[in-house]
Amino acid sequence: MQNLDVEALLHRMEQDLGKRIESGALHDPLMVGIHTGGVWVAERLHAALGLAEPLGKLSIAFYRDDFTHIGLHPQVSPSSLPFDIEGRNVILVDDVLYTGRTIRAAMNELFDFGRPASVVLAVLCDRPGRELPIQADVVGDTFMLDHHEQIVLRGPSPLALTIEQRASEE
Amino acid sequence: MAVVFVRPKIPKLARDPWALQFDSEGRLKHLLTIEGLGPEWVTRILDTAESFLSVTGREVKKVPLLRGRTVVNLFFESSTRTRTTFELAAKRLSADVLNLNISTSAATKGESLLDTLRNIEAMQADMFVVRHAASGAAHFIARHVEPHVSVLNAGDGRHAHPTQALLDVFTIRKIKGDFTPLRVAIVGDVLHSRVARSQIHALNTLNTGEVRVIAPRTLLPAQVEKLGVRVFHDMREGLRDVDVIIMLRLQRERMEGALLPTEDEFFRLYGLTPEKLAWAKPDAIVMHPGPANRGVEIDSEVADGPQSVILQQVSNGIAVRMAVMSLCMGGREE
Repeated sequence: MQNLDVEALLHRMEQDLGKRIESGALHDPLMVGIHTGGVWVAERLHAALGLAEPLGKLSIAFYRDDFTHIGLHPQVSPSSLPFDIEGRNVILVDDVLYTGRTIRAAMNELFDFGRPASVVLAVLCDRPGRELPIQADVVGDTFMLDHHEQIVLRGPSPLALTIEQRASEE
Repeated sequence: MAVVFVRPKIPKLARDPWALQFDSEGRLKHLLTIEGLGPEWVTRILDTAESFLSVTGREVKKVPLLRGRTVVNLFFESSTRTRTTFELAAKRLSADVLNLNISTSAATKGESLLDTLRNIEAMQADMFVVRHAASGAAHFIARHVEPHVSVLNAGDGRHAHPTQALLDVFTIRKIKGDFTPLRVAIVGDVLHSRVARSQIHALNTLNTGEVRVIAPRTLLPAQVEKLGVRVFHDMREGLRDVDVIIMLRLQRERMEGALLPTEDEFFRLYGLTPEKLAWAKPDAIVMHPGPANRGVEIDSEVADGPQSVILQQVSNGIAVRMAVMSLCMGGREE
């Protein structure tokens, strides 16, 4: 198990997003975190960037593509977007970008709330293993992991990021 | 030409009908009765419904969970509210919905229940929502459907109406929170009420402080105490210190013999008026599964008053039915 410096990663994301907002490339953005880890990361970034509107939270349980195989995930916390996303620039935040399926589901859900002007994807960790054509715009760091390794974010306070061996598949 | 009416033959209830509700891996497959669900499943259904409630506040009031699935509303007995809320629940989950009103179609042409079932299965249905005048009808269908089909009981005879009871406890939980300190009174025609039976099971499953029934002796089933309720025949006594009042519909169409003197007499003794409501706790809520007979079991002033949550029950019913449908239909494919 390897511990990673989550604060450094958050700092890099904050710098990158801050520059985009300052330059006007990302005008007056809304932030939306994906349950659960994405919300933790988003809470930190939201506070650091001093965004005016409250943080949105997406629970993608109703949009997952594995429903027919594993059913409804228990303890679904409802999505809450306490603002109108119509015509707005949205920063979508998650902890780990891996297959891309979570982001696909999150974007489908996002569009059921309205039509944003733009969506940028900000992730704490990027890693190989993509199964869909989805890339992040803002990345804390990229980790070249094998399929038997996984990145785990624990939180919400303090946040702890580790690289672990995946439990052997039976 | 004479029309032959063949009433489908429904066998007696099996001794442990609830075992049928779960698949070999312990997942909920059919919802036939509250019995056997236990607090874990009831709570899980209510928590899931809570998530679905947020969907109705969106621009697109739909999630893609059951896209490509077909839900068949199989109603052998007429119902507007229950059928439409099941239909809306299925549509908000993106399923295709087929409404079959059997009492006006095949059954009157002499087709047996199993034939009807086989025909609908051939249309690749994934779920049957069944309402039938005979107790045990949904169990019978659940025992005979193809393995991939789920069955939801939308009311069978005097036996059970589990989704109604779940939406009732969901409504109570949203307003009152914890069940352990609550006194809940179920008032009126318990004898003919499948809703009351399911409510009593649901309330006791969630450890409700005290469940009461208030009714004349003629409208109570024999040994009703065995269901885990305190029995009252007088409204003033029964409503004292009560947090939740559930009024039942007087099932006039099911009345046989002289169970009641007159409706006026019933209203005088058991009809919920503002005066009688004042005997309960000041913050007591009033519920009714609908459709209400105004002026028979409930006064309009109470039904439309500030303590009434009758319309909330209807909207909560959609979220609860979405929860049950998605829990029963998820995770079937390997």
